[in-house]
Amino acid sequence: MAVADATAPVATIRNKVSRPMVVAAILLAWLVLFAVLRGRQTLALAAADLTGLHRWLNDLNDSIGANRNSNPLFLYFFNEIRLAIDNLVTFVQSLISQPTGSRPVPQIGWLGVVGLTGYVSWAVGNWRVALLAVAGFTFFGLQGLWQESMDTLALTLSAVLVALLIGIPLGVWAGLSDRFNRIMTPFLDFMQTMPTFVYLAPLTLIFLIGGASAVITTVIYAAPPAIRITAHAIRSVPETTVEAADSLGTTRTQQLLKVLLPMSKRTVVMGVNQTIMAALAMVTIAALIDAPGLGKTVVQALQSLDVGTAFNAGLAIVVMAIVLDRVTTAAAARTETARRTGGHLLKWRRPLLVAGGIAAAVLVYLSHTYVWAAEFPGSGSTGSHIASAAGTTTTWLQDHLSGLTNGVRDVITNGLLNPFQTLLTDSPWWLVGVTLVALGAVLGGRLAAVTAAVCVGLLVGTGLWSDSMTTLASTAVATVLVMLFGVVFGVWMGRSQLVDRIVRPSLDAAQVMPPFVYLVPFLALFGATRFTAIVAAVVYAAPVAIKIIADGVRNVSESTVEAATSAGCNTWQIITKVQLPMARSALTLATNQGLIYVLSMVVVGGLVGAGALGYDVVAGFSQGQLYGKGLAAGLAIVLLGVMFDRITQAAARRTRA
Amino acid sequence: MARHWRAGAAGLAVLGLTLTACSGAKVGDSSSAGSKSSGGKCGSFNLAVNPWVGYEADAAVVAYVAQHDLGCTVNKKDLKEEIAWQGFGTGEVDAVLENWGHDDLKAKYIAGQKTAVEAGSTGNKGVIGWFVPPWLAKAHPDITDWKNLDKYADNFKTSESGGKGQLLDGDPSYVTNDAALVKNLKLNFKVVYAGSETALIQAYRTAEKNKQWMIGYFYEPQWFLSEVPLVKVNLPAYTKGCDADAAKVACDYPVYDLDKIVSAQFAKSGSPAYKLVKNFHWTNDDQNTVAKYIAVDKMSDDAAAKKWVDANRDKVDTWLK
Repeated sequence: MAVADATAPVATIRNKVSRPMVVAAILLAWLVLFAVLRGRQTLALAAADLTGLHRWLNDLNDSIGANRNSNPLFLYFFNEIRLAIDNLVTFVQSLISQPTGSRPVPQIGWLGVVGLTGYVSWAVGNWRVALLAVAGFTFFGLQGLWQESMDTLALTLSAVLVALLIGIPLGVWAGLSDRFNRIMTPFLDFMQTMPTFVYLAPLTLIFLIGGASAVITTVIYAAPPAIRITAHAIRSVPETTVEAADSLGTTRTQQLLKVLLPMSKRTVVMGVNQTIMAALAMVTIAALIDAPGLGKTVVQALQSLDVGTAFNAGLAIVVMAIVLDRVTTAAAARTETARRTGGHLLKWRRPLLVAGGIAAAVLVYLSHTYVWAAEFPGSGSTGSHIASAAGTTTTWLQDHLSGLTNGVRDVITNGLLNPFQTLLTDSPWWLVGVTLVALGAVLGGRLAAVTAAVCVGLLVGTGLWSDSMTTLASTAVATVLVMLFGVVFGVWMGRSQLVDRIVRPSLDAAQVMPPFVYLVPFLALFGATRFTAIVAAVVYAAPVAIKIIADGVRNVSESTVEAATSAGCNTWQIITKVQLPMARSALTLATNQGLIYVLSMVVVGGLVGAGALGYDVVAGFSQGQLYGKGLAAGLAIVLLGVMFDRITQAAARRTRA
Repeated sequence: MARHWRAGAAGLAVLGLTLTACSGAKVGDSSSAGSKSSGGKCGSFNLAVNPWVGYEADAAVVAYVAQHDLGCTVNKKDLKEEIAWQGFGTGEVDAVLENWGHDDLKAKYIAGQKTAVEAGSTGNKGVIGWFVPPWLAKAHPDITDWKNLDKYADNFKTSESGGKGQLLDGDPSYVTNDAALVKNLKLNFKVVYAGSETALIQAYRTAEKNKQWMIGYFYEPQWFLSEVPLVKVNLPAYTKGCDADAAKVACDYPVYDLDKIVSAQFAKSGSPAYKLVKNFHWTNDDQNTVAKYIAVDKMSDDAAAKKWVDANRDKVDTWLK
């Protein structure tokens, strides 16, 4: 890595001089033409207006609904899937969350679940995460949210199980076959960037309201990380190892089972980790189609703007995410250390595992039999304390900060967002299109230019060009802010282990806390505006960028930094001249991921005043005659995502080459 | 090595503790069995709950009565309108308790797919319109006439309204003609879509507290009006048929007679729950009372319903006849 970076500047000196100048020239040409052609061919479409495509999509949706009971595809295919998944969910729920038959409580009570969780965490991870898991799960009970938490856990576990059953084999295949990988990638992009709201209503039509739909919704969003990371893991097994196995005459199956899978185990576990996080991010959305659990508590509390109660439930989701994250991370680390140390440790581990297993089984038995171990004692007063404290804090913030916040909002809206948005929406569509294609060509090369051209064409085809440009403007501003935060906090965390340890839990919280919990105070501070939507996107996307940059900065070799220090560089020079330039690939990756995450918040933005594509999607979800338009808006979001993903990735490859 | 011993010792300690703790009520003991299994022939009753507090109040009371007086097993399902109506056909939803007009859905599911039928009025009158916060109506009483809105348009400007006055709309599920109204009444306003009811209510709350200018779409019965009594702006009066062409609307919204919709299957089933839904009828005040218990007093749905039912037994009895 370090070697490649050292040679890079020499190879790209010619490009470095010319490329920014070309970009500047393109932008200048755009500005000049904008001044001349302003307001022509902008392809604007009013909120209630539809195009032929939108109507056609409406009809398609209606005909599926009308033919549901006669179509063999439904009778023999979808209904079978639904039945299988429904049975799985009901089974897990009957174990830990829902009463079954004449039994007034689930099969395993709180003591059993806590014991089992602690034991499993210790067995796959270490005693520290086991302690964390026990504390975390007990906390749900203290919050007064035991049953809701278990419902969420049951749905999450079912969804993760299904996602892995599908994801890992597909990931292995994509890891082994370049062709399959190429076919798969656009589908994965689609699954991750297509807003859930678009397929929520059709899904309930196909798989009915209930557990199955909730699980399938979650799987669609949560499976892609498992597939991508598994494929990546298989690919990163060193070529030499595979060749060595080849020369020993192993068959393909042997190679897979004995070499590739064991060697990529650690990374695959990270895929499991990401799948769990993605599944938890869907908790509140699944609640909109009656998925039981914490999401419902959040959604219902927000109907009466009860931020405190919503925060309490949101906190439970965060705690669950942190517990599951740390346990799987520890499990990944364990596969590593177990491989390295092995031997004598195993001798003691086995009897302890058996003893722990027996203890856990006893706890499960107790919680099955006795009421005190089945139902969490107490009335969850900790939860009401948390709720009222959160409520009070929110009110205080709203009362004391609103003057300041309006100033910030107006400066950014008028100084940055409005001019940029005007430039995008008031230019003729072909001018913006040509600019995008040209930028793609200069930054990413010919392939990126072709992708940009196709995406621009399809965007025009969706009939939502003007809305797309409005969304694009907000997205760009949000991404700039994300990178600003990313660099500042990323460098800070990358340079200090202590800061990292303090800041990281808040980053995790920002990623899984249901957005509306913190959006209500933001709404009070900034009003229902595009700026509020930008803030929401930044809160969600910045943690990813920060984590990636922190990693990149930490990976800059220590000797390089030391050499720079001894050469008399001060801290500022080390950061700007050594650490950031050497973490360049991390920076481009952070931009890429930051942008994708910002785009995934477009719909949430639509719920707090962003208008444009996000609002179109929400409206399509809510009103039958706008369904087609909502679907088209979802497609437009995907197109924006694909276009920028391909351009930034190609640009990243170029800077590395 | 030592840490594994410690974990093992902890496990043994737990085991020991449990052996001494083996006393206490057992699950399924008659003393601890909480659920009622008595009940008539009602069986299960799938009730959709649309996401606003007024509806939650309807559902709370109907579910409470169905459960306690009829012995039904009530499954409440939290769903948006469109998805709830879709559920009639698939048998997942039996009843929707508060329908706001929605001629589009009626055309599709009642006339078209014939999976749903009407089940009469709830007795609630739904008022939709443009509302201003009370301080504004007090400071400028003439603002409640739409003809004066343009005079104040400048005060309603925001960062989102592009130099015009801002008219804030909320959740896109709700019936609205606002964009057409602004255009046809030639007002110097722009409709800005907040996109959710949460955002809209928060905007009104902030506006009243900080004495900010604000006008937007709102409706009653709604629990928030008991916290901030918004004042309605009078648009040109509604006459029958003036809203026939959605693009040319230039009159106020009609007063909606909120009604109940049930699945065709459920209507034919002869379930006592169907009779209850059909007979369910109360006033805006009744709904506001229960909604206030839920939203402001933060009572659970069941507790709120019990409180109202206990105080209004005579009304409930007429539903059960």
